[in-house]
Amino acid sequence: MSRMREGGDRVLEVKSGIRDRAGLLAKLMIAPAILYVVAMIGIPFIMAVMYSLSDATTGEPNYRFVGLRNFGAALADPVFRLSLKNTFFFALVSQTLVIILSRVIATALMKEFRGKWLARFLIMLPWTAPISLGTIGWLWMLDSIFSPFDWTFRRLGLLGTPGALLGPMQNLYWLGQPGLAMASVVIVHIWRLLPLATVIQLAGLSSIPKDLLEAAEVDGAKPWRKTLEITIPLTVPIISIAFLFGLVFTFTDVTVVYVLTRGGPIHSTQVLSTWTFFKGIEGGDLAQGAAISLFLFPVLAGVAILMLRMARKREVV
Amino acid sequence: MKSVRKLLRRSGLYTLVGSFAFFGAFPFYWMMIATFKRDHDLFRPENNPFLFNEPPTLDHLRLLLFDTHFLQYLLNTFLIGVAVVIITLIAAVPAAYSLARWARGWGETLGIGIFLTYLVPPTILFIPLSRFASGLGLQESLWSLILIYPTFTIPFCTWLLMGFFKTIPKDIEEQAMIDGLSRLGAMTRVVLPLGISGILTVVVFAFTLSMHEFIYALTFISVSVKKTVSIGVPTELVRGDVFQWGPLMAGALLASIPVAVVYTFFLDRFISGFTMGAVK
Repeated sequence: MSRMREGGDRVLEVKSGIRDRAGLLAKLMIAPAILYVVAMIGIPFIMAVMYSLSDATTGEPNYRFVGLRNFGAALADPVFRLSLKNTFFFALVSQTLVIILSRVIATALMKEFRGKWLARFLIMLPWTAPISLGTIGWLWMLDSIFSPFDWTFRRLGLLGTPGALLGPMQNLYWLGQPGLAMASVVIVHIWRLLPLATVIQLAGLSSIPKDLLEAAEVDGAKPWRKTLEITIPLTVPIISIAFLFGLVFTFTDVTVVYVLTRGGPIHSTQVLSTWTFFKGIEGGDLAQGAAISLFLFPVLAGVAILMLRMARKREVV
Repeated sequence: MKSVRKLLRRSGLYTLVGSFAFFGAFPFYWMMIATFKRDHDLFRPENNPFLFNEPPTLDHLRLLLFDTHFLQYLLNTFLIGVAVVIITLIAAVPAAYSLARWARGWGETLGIGIFLTYLVPPTILFIPLSRFASGLGLQESLWSLILIYPTFTIPFCTWLLMGFFKTIPKDIEEQAMIDGLSRLGAMTRVVLPLGISGILTVVVFAFTLSMHEFIYALTFISVSVKKTVSIGVPTELVRGDVFQWGPLMAGALLASIPVAVVYTFFLDRFISGFTMGAVK
């Protein structure tokens, strides 16, 4: 704190208008945001916990405490267990692939070449367009009859003739078969989050001091050693941030599964967030819905703690 | 010999970047083709789906614009976006300034606390909030979304603006105060104009994030004329078994591209807000 500032404060104190009292002003100015966050995030969160311990439904929202019954009921439900598994599967698989692929693109985009701005714009498109609309495009691409993938496979003779590699039928029915439906959901998640991860990785790569790499080159370091001993260690914090954010996004996302499959076929792509919606809102069982949604919380809390740790570490550095 | 290797490396680079650009953009190309393709051409499995086999048509576009509520969805989305931007600015600008300037100890914690609320997902909040909305008589009203969307814009925008304000040197305000301005005066007349690019960024994000939002709108709005673009297009044009693919793709394309173009200019700033300042 500079001495001038303290002196300034004292002089202004004499005027003693609210406009000049820094401490009071600071609190007044931050109050609306805090009030809003408490009212619209804090209280609803507590309400979610309370609902999960009650037997409230949309028809009968009166509060009656029932203990942990909803959590027990959720765990006993095979659809819930499948959703829990799918939620982890989609998030972890898609984000691992996103991290690897985004590193590849980011490395390529670090180089100078003609038409780079256009390539960047096209690569970024999936992140900038509203997600439900992008997913609708995919829904049409994965159509059971008119899918361009099926058409291409048929043309290449991989599909639709007896003895063809992918089978004799005319179509693969992407969203109609559990395995392919899951793959489709993973691909759309990757498509959607790859741009964000790429930009983060780009920022990470460009933050590496050039002279460090040059010095390594002068010392005769091979490219793989530069990658292994300079680039990767220096970009690990940023990669983790990209990974954690991607994890949170896929973990809590409703849109992709809702638009693409509604959790089908036979719940094979159901995830916690869509199951919450179907149970709690469409099914009207507020208590069950709230209990299901709270299963997301431990993972999110874990992510939050990791992020805080990294933020602290950066402050020390 | 060397130039051959260089050529190979170049073409490798172009192939790589090209295939990722293709992956990113193909769904939008696919929307574009469907938008202008005649139904007769669109719904024949043996026709080449990547090209126009018959002359293009404006029928789907006409149907979308004049026979559906698409323009109403755009209007609703716009109104909600503007209202959310205003609320976000009212709450986030002073809060960010306060945190950036006077925060020691508690302020730092409070700042991180606000950022972390961004991690509380709509999935957990939408059941209680749906009770809020019906308690306030706001079901089927744009106001419910206007009230709720700041739950994700305020935390993020406060954090982003805090970073912006921190980059403005304190001396500037101190000088203004020595020149006779009050502290509040120094903030509104000196700091805010300097932070205008940060505020503009927040305007763009609050608007686009509210345009992207899906699950709250799906929960609170079911009357067709009140829907936003992000739920109106997927729910109203995919009704029952009849998928109106042409108009559907036209709607998705028309609503996506303008946002994408605007967003692109602000992407780097978005990222720096996102990564808690870990990326500069």
